[in-house]
Amino acid sequence: MTQLALVIDLNVCVGCHACVTSCKQWNDSGSAGPLSDQNPYGKDPSGTFFNRVQTWEAGEFPATETVHFPKSCLHCEDPPCVPVCPTGASYKRAEDGIVLIDYDKCIGCKYCAWACPYGAREVDEQQHVMKKCTLCVDRIYDAKLPEAERKPACVIACPTSARLFGDVHDPESEVSKAISERGGYALMPEWETNPANRYLPRKPTTEVAAAPAQGEDPRSIDGAFDLNPARGQA
Amino acid sequence: MKPAWSVIFLTTLIGAGQGLFLAMVGIEAAARVGMMAPVAADFFVTGSFFVTLLLVCGLGASFLHLGHPERAWRAIVMWRTSWLSREVIVLPAFIAAVIAYGYAHAQGLNCTGWVAAAGVLLCVALFVCTAMIYSCLKFLQEWHTPLTSVNFFLLGTASGTLLAAALAATAWPLIVPRLAMAAAVLIAAGAVTRSLSLVRNARLRPKSTVQSATGIANLKIVQKAQGAMGGSFNTREFFHGRSTAALRLVKWFFLLAVFVLPLAMILLALEQGRSQWLVVVFGLQYAGLLAERWFFFAQARHPQNLYYQAIS
Repeated sequence: MTQLALVIDLNVCVGCHACVTSCKQWNDSGSAGPLSDQNPYGKDPSGTFFNRVQTWEAGEFPATETVHFPKSCLHCEDPPCVPVCPTGASYKRAEDGIVLIDYDKCIGCKYCAWACPYGAREVDEQQHVMKKCTLCVDRIYDAKLPEAERKPACVIACPTSARLFGDVHDPESEVSKAISERGGYALMPEWETNPANRYLPRKPTTEVAAAPAQGEDPRSIDGAFDLNPARGQA
Repeated sequence: MKPAWSVIFLTTLIGAGQGLFLAMVGIEAAARVGMMAPVAADFFVTGSFFVTLLLVCGLGASFLHLGHPERAWRAIVMWRTSWLSREVIVLPAFIAAVIAYGYAHAQGLNCTGWVAAAGVLLCVALFVCTAMIYSCLKFLQEWHTPLTSVNFFLLGTASGTLLAAALAATAWPLIVPRLAMAAAVLIAAGAVTRSLSLVRNARLRPKSTVQSATGIANLKIVQKAQGAMGGSFNTREFFHGRSTAALRLVKWFFLLAVFVLPLAMILLALEQGRSQWLVVVFGLQYAGLLAERWFFFAQARHPQNLYYQAIS
């Protein structure tokens, strides 16, 4: 059985939000209608998104790391959002494991959003139905597109190739190899939802102590062009 | 969670209706086995009218929760897996049973026992469905306990039995003491189980952490941006936005208004022979139950909130 999924490489995500905007563009223009925005140019802009990039800071200064963290539906193998849906609008496809919503059957009761521990589902405040990532199901099977473009819009847009797409049940696929070789992990494993999407953890980087002394380090503009010597004495 | 008024009214209104129905059936059964004198049929007809009214109002409130109420009929499909779907089936069936019960009494039919039995089954099933909608969600740890079902049952029956006593006080004074005492017992039992759930929830430790949510093993992780500047469905649906002090105030209000004051007032009303007070007691307790249900939702901490701690 096929299980399509995304694998996100946290080593190379730079937090540029290209995946967010390309997702929004593709899924705003599809046959399912727009992903509506409310007050997009006003004081409190809000809208429906399938994919968001968050930013986290780990560690204590100065040993901190900024982690950009893209977040979308994880297409769980045991999705808690599906059995709770009273109408069957929320379903998981047998053929490729994508969790989808039939917008024509959704009654907008929001129970599936309560049942998702990840907050991956968002109500479209204009259409009053639940929405979430479809893995660009209307794109990845489109025979009219060149083979290389039959991928989710976010994957194509990512400038650092931080997003891999493929069948995690095929041990020979790029995503399966990335997961097994680089320790791809699941979010909130404690709830046994078995998310199909995985994240590749950060690899330890070079120790700061091992870097050249300040001033000689070509990466350090502080050293080469010290515009504020007083700061260095403090 | 952000408490939804539609669901607060749904659960409290149908709870009172279910309790009133069970109280009526209890009176009829007690009369049949000779524990008390038979009660005039108009008590059951009037009672069934009020039960139906409460259930229909609850059903109406539930429609306000939906984005597409015109599609609500679709919700009967997934009864095999969804407690919500089961509730959607059982609630109208129970309304039909209550109407049949009132009709059978109005017409003086002999089948009231059978109708009552079917009604009791549907009534209990409805309590189970309503409570399981919440307690089946395992990562909402505050709800994921059998105490949720027990509390929905005891608070609903306490409220409904009190309403039955208040109703009896208007024209059927002979059954008031028994109903009022039954309400007092149910309120005391509900006080015990609701307190147990408060104690349990106060001791809960969330299973999900920022570390498990992000997979970053560092002990200190701080969110710097959540991916949206002006809020989102995630910030609107899952945060109640009230202070801890406000929550504490609501908790003490409902403990007083649902349990302590009604219990004292019922005993006082019985002793003073002022059964007309019971209507006021029911009103006070219903206000308390609205607060109780609000608190029930507000207290549940959804693990998705870990992803929405800082705007930027």
